[in-house]
Amino acid sequence: MSEILSAVVSIAFFGVAFAMVLYLISVGLSVTMGLMGFVNLAHGVFAMFGGYAVTTLMNDYGMPFWASLICAVVIVAAVSVVFERLLYRHLYGGAELDQVLLTIGLVFMSVAAAKYFWGPLAQLFQPPPELRGQINLGFREFPTYRSFLIVCGAVLVIGLWLALDRTRFGAKIRAAVDNLHMAQSVGINTSGLFTLAFALGSGLAALGGGLGAELLPIYPGYATDYLVYFLIVVSVGGLGSIRGPFFAALLLGIADTAFKYLLPEIGSFFIYALTLILLMWRPRGLVGSS
Amino acid sequence: MAAVAERVVAGAADTFARRHRLRWYEALPWAAAIAGYFAFPDYLALGAQILATIVFALSVDLVLGYGGIVTLGQAAFFGTGAYTAGLLAAHGFGAPVLGLVIAAAAAALVGLVSGVIVLRTHGLTQLMMTLMVAVMLSAVANKANTITGGADGLQGMVVQPVFGLFRFGLYGNTAYFYCLAVLFLCWLAMRRIVHSPFGRSLTGIRENEARMHAIGSPVFVRRLVAYTISAAMAGISGALVAQTTQFVATDALGFERSGNVLIMLLLGGIGQLYGAFIGVPLYMIAQDRFAAIDPVYWYFWIGLLLVLMVMFARGGVLGIVDRIGALIRRRQ
Repeated sequence: MSEILSAVVSIAFFGVAFAMVLYLISVGLSVTMGLMGFVNLAHGVFAMFGGYAVTTLMNDYGMPFWASLICAVVIVAAVSVVFERLLYRHLYGGAELDQVLLTIGLVFMSVAAAKYFWGPLAQLFQPPPELRGQINLGFREFPTYRSFLIVCGAVLVIGLWLALDRTRFGAKIRAAVDNLHMAQSVGINTSGLFTLAFALGSGLAALGGGLGAELLPIYPGYATDYLVYFLIVVSVGGLGSIRGPFFAALLLGIADTAFKYLLPEIGSFFIYALTLILLMWRPRGLVGSS
Repeated sequence: MAAVAERVVAGAADTFARRHRLRWYEALPWAAAIAGYFAFPDYLALGAQILATIVFALSVDLVLGYGGIVTLGQAAFFGTGAYTAGLLAAHGFGAPVLGLVIAAAAAALVGLVSGVIVLRTHGLTQLMMTLMVAVMLSAVANKANTITGGADGLQGMVVQPVFGLFRFGLYGNTAYFYCLAVLFLCWLAMRRIVHSPFGRSLTGIRENEARMHAIGSPVFVRRLVAYTISAAMAGISGALVAQTTQFVATDALGFERSGNVLIMLLLGGIGQLYGAFIGVPLYMIAQDRFAAIDPVYWYFWIGLLLVLMVMFARGGVLGIVDRIGALIRRRQ
């Protein structure tokens, strides 16, 4: 009995840690899709380059973990603004197919670019010394870094939710998601808002990529191989929602961990089947609005 | 007055009737295929792959270009066809034409069943569902590696001669003409479909779904039929590739295959019937040339090309030809 309980606790623990990473990476995607109606298949690219920035700054330049995380977020957010202004902006409200093709193009370029600069192998990621090893939570030991991920993720999630609920910026974003034209007519600068939201989403993705480098290893195929996960979180969660993807990420993180633990070889099949069923049941996602 | 109206109607009817007629340039792909056979006898294997992939691109053009259904999972049907033909050949049923028919039926069945689910939704959800179907099948093929051989490929395919007469030899003569013949039949079917009332209503649904509902068109059924036909055609393409290369691996179901075919179609021109005939050879010949020099960075250039085309030349090669044609007409 205690063995089963222990397995359940482990699955829940690792699942929630994984969910935090998935949520951080995907929440920006939900906002871009909900706000601009843009199908951005290249969102994982920002997470990947966030991960590369963190590992390179730490391994090659000896920067501390925290500083490299902040640097990665700033760099990726800044670069994403360039992309938004140069490419994405022209396809807002355009055909879905054009958006899909443009972002597939970006993904392909990112795969080759990552291979060119960092080689085909996964990057080495070492958590800082204070986050290594195990931590005793009273009833049993847990890996420190995963516990840190959960705490860190929870703090960020609460911060993000409060920011969207309580700040002027958050109110503007919610207004624009609900009704773009009305938001424009009451004088919200939606063009600037889009750029800011895009930068924020990409920065969060970079943070997720950097923090999650241990769970989702950073290698050139990152943006294609994990794309399905990010898309599941967003589509199951509900477009434009901030809370929906969190529950979807929790569901996916725990289900994925459980299936990998219980049915290692065919687990992914059940994840996809579950997604399909959830989407049949609620085509607009768990929290999606019409 | 009545006479004028009659003449207008007759004129319009004439225009519509002429739209279906064969034009001289529709013979070009076939002339090129025959010329290619004599001009590049050393590249017949590549040629056969190109012809088979054109069938795949045609299948995507039907759902995407005419039906307006954005799919990221067309590889599901390609892979179903490839594995069906492959498994048949590996278990003693190596007659190629029979294999094609059964592969088409199997892919059509997968298309029909998944279409019932996928086509009820729109936008990102629909995109996700097409992707989910493909990754599910891919997971199954990986798991069942005792049957499929997994990523290493299916072992022991024995493909018999076509009609018991033409062997699949080392030089690829048979493979080339076999693929060419199947492509020709698929093209005939495709041409017939897109010019039929069914094809017109499909385009109508793409352009304005609400209006088609309003005039009583059975939107869902039309889409489902198109999706199923397209799946069957993709299955035929998969079977052709499996039979001519005598090999199937799990990459037949992969995301890259679904993505690449979109790129090829965009390159030629989407929704124009002949986009596949231009885009696929361009892409595959370029890949054969450049990937040989620099396989890793091929994807960088193809990605860049894709970005540039979406930004500046959305109609593909055919779109550029159209624009030049319009320019010349305006001059006159």
